[in-house]
Formats: sequence, structure tokens, C-alpha cells
Amino acid sequence: MKLLREILYPLIAVLAAFVIGGIVVLLIGDSPIQTYRLLIGSAFSWPDGIGYTLFYATPLIFTGLAVAVAFRCGLLNIGAEGQLYIGAFAAAWIGIKFAGASGWILLPACCLAAILGGAIWGGIPGLLKARFGSHEVINTIMLNFVAVALVSYLTQYHYKTPGDPILETVPIGPGAHIARLGKFIPGLPERIPLNIAFVLAILACVFVYVLLWKTKWGYEIRATGANPSAAEYGGISIRKQIILAMAISGGLAGMVGINEVLGYRYRYYDGFSANYGFVGIAVALLGRNHPVGVFLAAILFAILLRGGIFVDAYTIHVSKDIVDMLQGIVIILVALRPDAIFGSLKKLSKAKA
Amino acid sequence: MRQILTLALVFSTIRLATPLVLAALGGLYSERSGVINIALEGLLLAGAFTAASVTYYAHSPWVGLGAAMLAGAFVAYILALACIRFKADQVVTGTGINILFIGLPAVLSGALFLSSGSTPQIPKENLLPTISGLLPGFMPQWRILTEVSVMSLLALILVLVTRYVLYRTPFGLRLRAVGENPEAADAAGVGVNRIRYVGVVLSGALAGIGGAYLSIGQSSLFTRNMAAGRGFIALAALIFGKWRPVQTMLACLLFGLADALTIQLQGVPVSILSFRIAMVVLIFLVFWFIAHQLSFLNRNRIAELASAAAVCAIVSRVIYANTRGIQNLEIPVQFIQMIPYIVTIVVLAGFIGHSRAPRALGTPYQKER
Repeated sequence: MKLLREILYPLIAVLAAFVIGGIVVLLIGDSPIQTYRLLIGSAFSWPDGIGYTLFYATPLIFTGLAVAVAFRCGLLNIGAEGQLYIGAFAAAWIGIKFAGASGWILLPACCLAAILGGAIWGGIPGLLKARFGSHEVINTIMLNFVAVALVSYLTQYHYKTPGDPILETVPIGPGAHIARLGKFIPGLPERIPLNIAFVLAILACVFVYVLLWKTKWGYEIRATGANPSAAEYGGISIRKQIILAMAISGGLAGMVGINEVLGYRYRYYDGFSANYGFVGIAVALLGRNHPVGVFLAAILFAILLRGGIFVDAYTIHVSKDIVDMLQGIVIILVALRPDAIFGSLKKLSKAKA
Repeated sequence: MRQILTLALVFSTIRLATPLVLAALGGLYSERSGVINIALEGLLLAGAFTAASVTYYAHSPWVGLGAAMLAGAFVAYILALACIRFKADQVVTGTGINILFIGLPAVLSGALFLSSGSTPQIPKENLLPTISGLLPGFMPQWRILTEVSVMSLLALILVLVTRYVLYRTPFGLRLRAVGENPEAADAAGVGVNRIRYVGVVLSGALAGIGGAYLSIGQSSLFTRNMAAGRGFIALAALIFGKWRPVQTMLACLLFGLADALTIQLQGVPVSILSFRIAMVVLIFLVFWFIAHQLSFLNRNRIAELASAAAVCAIVSRVIYANTRGIQNLEIPVQFIQMIPYIVTIVVLAGFIGHSRAPRALGTPYQKER
């Protein structure tokens, strides 16, 4: 029953969001059916549709997991956006600094840099909350802006190719490239940027599951999130859990850099993130802060992101911005408390009777 | 440095602070009633888009302004409904609204104007006027003062009105009571949720006005995501200003100043002397803070200051040695951009006096049965 509810509510929320979105499309003067066919249908063609969808899903899995881990500790990490920028730049920085190094050392070092960069950037609001009690929501938002300015400064003043009009760094060393999945899967051309980071994302789902539900650390994180005073009474240091959860969360967000820098562009590109950090909040909520749910929700949003391109091209009025709109509606609907909805429905039916 | 500290900077600051003040005032009504309003960003965008579209069709900025106010209030009503009636997480719902209003205006402008996310240019005579534009004969000898937008004046008036409403009227008392101690307010016969609805809807109306200023005051069209984080800065200013109207306005002016400096310092070299002084002061403060944190056992202020000064002296020597021979240097704009955010983090951590939130902020109120 509980499992059914866990699956049913998100599904209802998504369907309701699609209905609301459909009404908007209808009002604008396009056909909702055609729009949704373009939005969803284009994701299932092989190899392009599926390849790109999974590529788009990769960063969303990472940020979704990041938000979910923090959420399980009772924290809302709105800073995944900043953490992933720092992680991506850290990976690129190692890749540029030691460009000549052998891949066996360089690649793990770059991955580690992405994780560490994100973990530090996520750990700061954790530390601030643990030490000074300042709210992580505002601090993570502020650190997003600081992160964007910081990496933009570093890119512009220190690591840019001279004369390049685009704000991007020089390329990373070839040893730091990770393979595209097209190399291993027959029929998947290598031009599709789906890479090993997707496999890492699946492993990260497993890692988060094991961490949260099979280890003492995870138990302590969840206990802190469920009832901080009870956890403290039980001998758990809440402050330590807050810092730990935020650092793990940031590290997961930083792994977006592995997909972006090491697997796709092979350099740091300023402003690359399509709001991955914020969409991660929707992904985590829709996935009920569970790794399996996060994975499925990330795929759904990736389908929308991919489909948005076709909506832009083939409909008259509706643009790909409908994807942002749908995401926003989904977040609002998922946040509603079902018991409160049923409470008002009961009141309404009583009033009628 | 001289050419930077000019009257132009003052006006630029006022111009840039105006939408912040309006949005932050909005946030104040909502948060004082106990509802976190992280949706200010989305509300600004809703107001900005509505103002630009309506003004385009109605050819009057005042109609646009009114429509923006209504649009903001309506969106805020949705937020209130979700947070109060359906007890949704306030931060999550607010984030949802923010994302929704990155997409929705773009979708609508695509449909209305066949553009990708922006509205058509509005002619200058249909924009919100400056004070001198509105009243041509008014105080001609004070021309310099009347060059500011009427919206800046409106923002100032609204700050004073808010101050009066908050501290001198029964509604203000109820609003504060509901945010601090809803149980007690309820026991005294105040409808907690009704006051919260009013607080949130007012917040939307004010943020909507702020949005209108962005699109039909400061610029002449709506562009995709044109709030560019101002909603979040307004929120930060609200916290910096300790949820009080006048202090919040001052915080907004500070953030506006940082913004204005960013624009003015772009590509302008700064003399090495001012750079050195700024660095030394900054380093002194940082080390003083570290020493203060380390010495929490004995709290010896003189020792803290002395050790910070010692470290500072050494670092200053290094800075001097490394910058000898340089006349001027350019400060990357990104560093100035960071200032407001870092200041907010520092303030939140309680380094510059504690900023205490309304006690019931963020918790839905469940009436005892």
C-alpha cells in the first residue's frame, strides 16, 4: 500500500501537470496532442532519441541524487547549480594543469577533483549551518552566484584561449577524456555524447541506496532528517551529519562535471548548465528522494528536455520553454501534501451534501 | 577613484535598488506573516512580463503597472494556496514558481508576439516616466532630483507606509503576531491563515510592481529571465535588514551600490594605493574573525586584535612587495559581483549582528482541534 502510494502520487502529479500544460497549449492555439507527441515521442528513436535522452538524464541523475541526500537529512540543497559549476571547473583545472600526464593518473584525479570541488562548495553551507545555524537555503542560493562569478573569473582571466570570443577554457589533456558509450555499443554512433558518466550515474544511484539504507552513516543522516532532537538524544551529532550530508550532496552535484567536461566538451565551457541544479530539485521530489525514483524522474525530465527541441522546430506557437513550465508545475504539485488535499476534498463534498 | 564617486553613481544606485526595494518589501509582508517567500524571483518575472505585454496593447504604463500588480497578487495567491491550504513545503513551492516563470512568459510571448522569449519594444512615451517627465513644471531648479523614476519615489513611499502599517496599525500587529506566535494569535481571535493569505498576496502585488519597473521602467521590453537573480538578492536584503522596512531598504541600496560599482568599474583601472588599503582592511577583518573564533575559550579582545594586526602586518609586507612598480590595476568585475552575496552569507552567519527570523517562519499552522 505504501509502495503503491509512493508510485501513484508522483504519477498523478505528472499527469496533472501535463493536463495544465495541455490547457495552456490549447489556449495558445496549438494542438496539445501534437505537442506532447513531439515532446515525448521523439525520445524513443534509436539511436539518436535514446542516446541523447540518456545523455541529458546523466546530469539530472547526479543533481537529483544530490538534492535527495540532503533532503533525507532534512536539508534543502538549492545550491547544486553552484556545486556542479565548481566541480566541473575543478575537473577541467586538473585536466589542463597536468595535461601531459598519463590517463591512468589524470582521469581518476580529474574525477576526484570534480567530486571534491562540489563537496567543498556543498560543505560550506553545511558548515555554516552547523556552526552558526544560518539557513542552508539562503546560503546555497548565495553560493550559487559566488560560484558562477568565480568560475567565470577564472575562465576569463586565467584559462581562456587567447583570442577566443567564447568564454571557455583551453582543452584538457587527452588522458582525461572518458570514452563515449558508442565505442562499446554497436549501432550507437560516437557523435552522440552519451558517455561512461552515465554508467557512473547508475553506480551513484546504487551508492546512495547503500549509503542511506545499509550503512551506519546513512542511518545517522536519515535519523537526523526524520527527527533531529530524537537523533541527538540517541547520541548522533547533528552538526556532523549536516556537514557530512551537504558535502556528499555537493560531491554528487560536482560529478556533473565528469559528464560535461571529461565526457562531452573536453574543456570547461562557461554557463554550460541548463539549470541542472534546479531541475534536480524537481527530480528528487518527483522521485520521492529515493535513488530508483530519482533515476526514473531524471529520465522523464530528460525526455522533456530532448523533446523540447522538436517542439520548438515543429509547432507554430509553442516553444521549448514549455519544458521549464511543466517542470515548475510538477514541482508545485509534488510539494502539495496529499492528506491536506484529501482533507479539503472531504470538506468540499460535505459542504455539497 | 574620483571619477567613480560621482552623482552618476548615486543615481545608478537608486535606479538599481528600486526593484530590489519593491520585491524585498513584498517579501517582508509574506515572511513577517510566517510564509517563506523564495518565489520573489518568479513574482518579479510575472510582473515584468505582464507589465510589458499589457502596456504594449494598452499603450499606457499605468494600465500595465496595475496589471502587473494583479498578476503578482494572483501568482502569490497560488503560492499561498499551496503553502497554507495544502501545507506544501514553502521553499519547494517557491522554487517551483521560480522555474515556472522562467518558462511561462517565454511560452506566452512566443504565442503572442511570435518571438523567442521577449516582448516587442515599447515606445519611450509609453514607459513609466521620471518625476520630471510626469510633472514638467515641478521644482525646475531641483532638476537633478526629479530625474529619478516615479517608481523610485513610490518605493520610498511604500517603505514608509510599510513601516507605519507594520508598527502602528492593528493589521501590522496581527501580521507580526501570526509570524511570531500563531498559537497565541489564534487564541486571541486572529484568523492566522487569513492574515497569512493577505500577507502573501500583498507580497505578490509589491513584487509585481517591482517587476513592472524592470520591464517598463528601467528598460523598454521584457526579455527572458530578466530578473536575473534580483528576487534572491531582495530576499537576502530582507534578511540583512532583519525583516524591518527601513533597514531592508538600506540593505537594498547597498546591494544596488555594489551593482552600480560593477557597471562603473568595468574596465576602469583602480589606483594601486586604494587597492592596497582595501586588501589590508579585508585581510585584517578576516584574521580578526579567525582569531575571534579560535579564542572562544577566553574571549580576550586585545589578544585577538593584536594577533590579527600581526598577521595583517606580515601579509601587507607581502602585498607591498608583490605590487611594487604597478601603478594601476583593473579589478575583475566578477569580484565586485560577488560582494553582495558574500556580505549576505557573512551577515547570516551572525558576524555583523544577529538577524533573527520571525519565529514561525516556514511552518504551516495547524489549528488545534
